[in-house]
Amino acid sequence: MAEYKNEFGEFAERPKVPKKIYDLKYVIAGLVVFFVVASFTLWPNLGKTVPVPQPKLDTPVIQKLAQADRKCVLPTSEMRATHMQMLITWRETVVRSKEKGALDGREFVAPDGKKYLASLTNTCMECHSNKAEFCDSCHNYAAVAPNCWGCHLETGKKLAEAK
Amino acid sequence: MGMDRREFIRLAGLSALLGLGGKGAFEIVRPGQALAGFEPEAKALEGKRWCMVVNMQKLDETTAAKCTEACHRVHNVPDYNDPKDPKDALAPAVKNRYEIKWIWTEHFHNAFPGEEYEGMPEKVKAMPFLLLCNHCNNPPCVRVCPTKATFQREDGIVMMDMHRCIGCRFCMAGCPFGARSFNWRDPRPFVKDVYPGYPTREIGVVEKCTFCAERLAQGLMPACVEASRGALVFGDLADEKSEVRQTLGKYFTIRRKTHLGTNPQVYYIV
Repeated sequence: MAEYKNEFGEFAERPKVPKKIYDLKYVIAGLVVFFVVASFTLWPNLGKTVPVPQPKLDTPVIQKLAQADRKCVLPTSEMRATHMQMLITWRETVVRSKEKGALDGREFVAPDGKKYLASLTNTCMECHSNKAEFCDSCHNYAAVAPNCWGCHLETGKKLAEAK
Repeated sequence: MGMDRREFIRLAGLSALLGLGGKGAFEIVRPGQALAGFEPEAKALEGKRWCMVVNMQKLDETTAAKCTEACHRVHNVPDYNDPKDPKDALAPAVKNRYEIKWIWTEHFHNAFPGEEYEGMPEKVKAMPFLLLCNHCNNPPCVRVCPTKATFQREDGIVMMDMHRCIGCRFCMAGCPFGARSFNWRDPRPFVKDVYPGYPTREIGVVEKCTFCAERLAQGLMPACVEASRGALVFGDLADEKSEVRQTLGKYFTIRRKTHLGTNPQVYYIV
């Protein structure tokens, strides 16, 4: 038998620890109940795959455009990956234009040289007037909640009619 | 590692050459990308120091009301006085506190406290002085803002960046003109006729007049000036030929609370 030291560093007899779990059936029942409750919300989606969202582009304004003109301010792949950074740059440049040392200008010059008014409501939402099928479809899928819409209006349709 | 003088000069020269050709090299790798950027709109109005003159001789109550109406319409300013749902009506105790106003009217003794005196003309006492943010040259609101949500532009406009406002209301304490309003409730349901080109605000931010910075950028005069039938004059104080300078040279004007040293830029012809 190996030598055993107690908590005071003295040689002592190894204490006898009973090799059993007290109230085993209650412990197991408790564990089962815990896992059932914890995973409860996951059951309805078990084995299902949520389809990848396909943002819809068939708004009246886009359909009026010629096939060659149907492009966003940046290439689609770039828009998909970095539109949020781009919108933040737009926001800083437009709202804080003419601040000392800030970028100035409300017009965004795209890589192809075309100029766009840097505005979410007036430019983005004019073409993408279907917020529910365009913006929200991906944002809901990715569980992100951008707070743009607390202030900015989704009045693309109204704007297009007014023009 | 050793490097003799010849080697060093060769490397330095090559690096300098590379640096000079940097943009060209960028163009070859990713054409057009270096050019993407921002430009001011071609028709934007430019000024060095925007200011406004309010000609009280031309301004009557109906015109003043029209100015307020025009401003509040294009900026989606809520009106809590006449809510759609009577349950949303405000208690009289908080009515003043909740009010959002960008441009409004007051009588002389409120607009210019301490300037009134016994026996002053009744006509002046009854005038509806049109008040708005003074876009001070030395704005206390900018100095106290902890997030730089309110800042002074190079053309003198004291601007609000609603994205940065944390609603601490230091600026409201700092402003001696009462030009700032706090959104104690979500304003959107109380905007009667939503103007599609301009955002609304959210609960918990401070807002005020911006001298129509968004309209100046499009080459338009501020909304109140357009609605004023000549009673309001807006222009560049730094430009000697501008209409405001001509007006200021012709008439004696007063400003609000100049003794506080904020150097307000809204002038009143009484």
